[in-house]
Amino acid sequence: MSAKILLLIWNSTLQTLSMVFFSTLFSLVLGLPLGVLLFATGEEEQGGIIPMPLLNSVLSRIVNVLRSFPFIILMILLFPLSRLLIGTSIGTTATIVPLSIAAAPFVARIIETALKEVDPGVVQAARAMGSTNFQIVRKVLIPEAMPSLVSGVALTIINLIGYSAMAGAIGGGGLGDLAIRYGYQRFRGDIMLVAVIVILVLVEIVQIAGNRLSARLLARR
Amino acid sequence: MQIRLKDLKKSYGSLHAVNGISLSIPSNLIYGIIGKSGAGKSTLVRLISLLEKPDAGEVHFDEVRVDNLTKEELIRRRRRVGMIFQNFNLFSSRNAAQNVAYPLEIIGTPKAEIAARVAELLELVGLADRGKAPISTLSGGQKQRVAIARALACNPDILFCDEATSALDPQTTHSILSLLKEIQRKMGLTIVMITHQMEVVRDVCDRVAVLDDGRVVEEGPVTDIFAKPKSDVTKEFLSHLVGTDASSEEQMVQWSSKSGAYILRFRGETTDQPILSQITRETGIDFNIRAGGVQKVGGEVEIGTLIVDIQGSEEEQENVVARLREFGVHVEKEERP
Repeated sequence: MSAKILLLIWNSTLQTLSMVFFSTLFSLVLGLPLGVLLFATGEEEQGGIIPMPLLNSVLSRIVNVLRSFPFIILMILLFPLSRLLIGTSIGTTATIVPLSIAAAPFVARIIETALKEVDPGVVQAARAMGSTNFQIVRKVLIPEAMPSLVSGVALTIINLIGYSAMAGAIGGGGLGDLAIRYGYQRFRGDIMLVAVIVILVLVEIVQIAGNRLSARLLARR
Repeated sequence: MQIRLKDLKKSYGSLHAVNGISLSIPSNLIYGIIGKSGAGKSTLVRLISLLEKPDAGEVHFDEVRVDNLTKEELIRRRRRVGMIFQNFNLFSSRNAAQNVAYPLEIIGTPKAEIAARVAELLELVGLADRGKAPISTLSGGQKQRVAIARALACNPDILFCDEATSALDPQTTHSILSLLKEIQRKMGLTIVMITHQMEVVRDVCDRVAVLDDGRVVEEGPVTDIFAKPKSDVTKEFLSHLVGTDASSEEQMVQWSSKSGAYILRFRGETTDQPILSQITRETGIDFNIRAGGVQKVGGEVEIGTLIVDIQGSEEEQENVVARLREFGVHVEKEERP
């Protein structure tokens, strides 16, 4: 494989990493408050600290709708939004918009599930001590759920690596783009193989790092 | 701090969990609230610890009505109330010292002050050297001690103990109860113990209210309740404790596997008098003693219990019972099935 091809692979890898990094960041920014809200407005028996059935079911519906959309379709639908925010709808930077929005509802559910694992008795104790709702979320729920949250974020990153490869198919750049354009359209099986292996390695690294961090947090308790 | 409850009501659907409870809990003592599961204890404690609002009725702390506070007032009021739980409910993400620090953190206490206060509190509960210990490494008794330290951090006027010893073994229960008693004396606060264990009431409480079916069926000083129980629920609680039922061996010496027809309860000085033989001499009627024992209530007053059959005709038995009552003995006739 020539140096030129290796450089191509290296650049694509960097593009994928940047897409995944920023879309993880933005999907957390969107998904964390949404997940906390989903949890907090839920039923009291399940730990909801400010039960609001109507808001909860509306949010829950929206999250479900977004999650059941095939990612490719969602991405095409969000082209106008990318153009509005970034100025273009193709390329690595533009792809961050649909990636973040596609992952946000997933993040929200993961956060909601992690928070539901927190012992309701502990939340009751915090409330009995006169914590505000914000203090309960920040100083009790999130620290208590941290090991599950870390696993959840790792899962999100892995999903986004997969999504970002798919985004390549419609001009998103990165390893997926490389595999389609060189590997598939130009019959370069070797490039496709390398692209897939790099993606595999990335996923493996994230999974192992996530597991280790989560286990270390648990061991400290 | 004195607590007054006025005709409290709370239902969940068609279940009247708390069905018109009025109580006055005097300040500076340990007050027991006992009931079987489903009697409404948990709901009652959620109402008086301001975790839930009643459907009807009022809660007063001293002269202040507290069941209708606004959100901000409620949060401020809760900070003056300590609470400990059956399952300890400690934060597993924090070590022992950080758990105790939590209530101080949420009111914005400066760091240095928190450190000093936490050290003082851990010392008070006998865990001065375990501050850095993760919660999972502590025993049940130690966890409850941390929970007590945490509950006392903000110098509360009231400490609610919701089944605080139910998950602990007898020795640990005993040590936690002595700690609570010591703290009550030192800090002069009002402790409300919600429990289903009559031992807890006997060993630490000054007064007790017996709950059944969402209502108070009996209330008074613990010594009175032990010496002269009125309601069936109370008698049942006592029978588990002093062994008038066959299943319990504690506190009671049994001479006969069969239960007797009468339960006699003596209190204080009457435990020292030869009442039975005196009555036998007067009336010529014999007692057959099936079982008997003496137990200390509140660590001071002795309550004696005897389970006996009384010989003779029904009329003679009634005479004997009347004579026993003159001596200040509380007599209950067992209903034979």
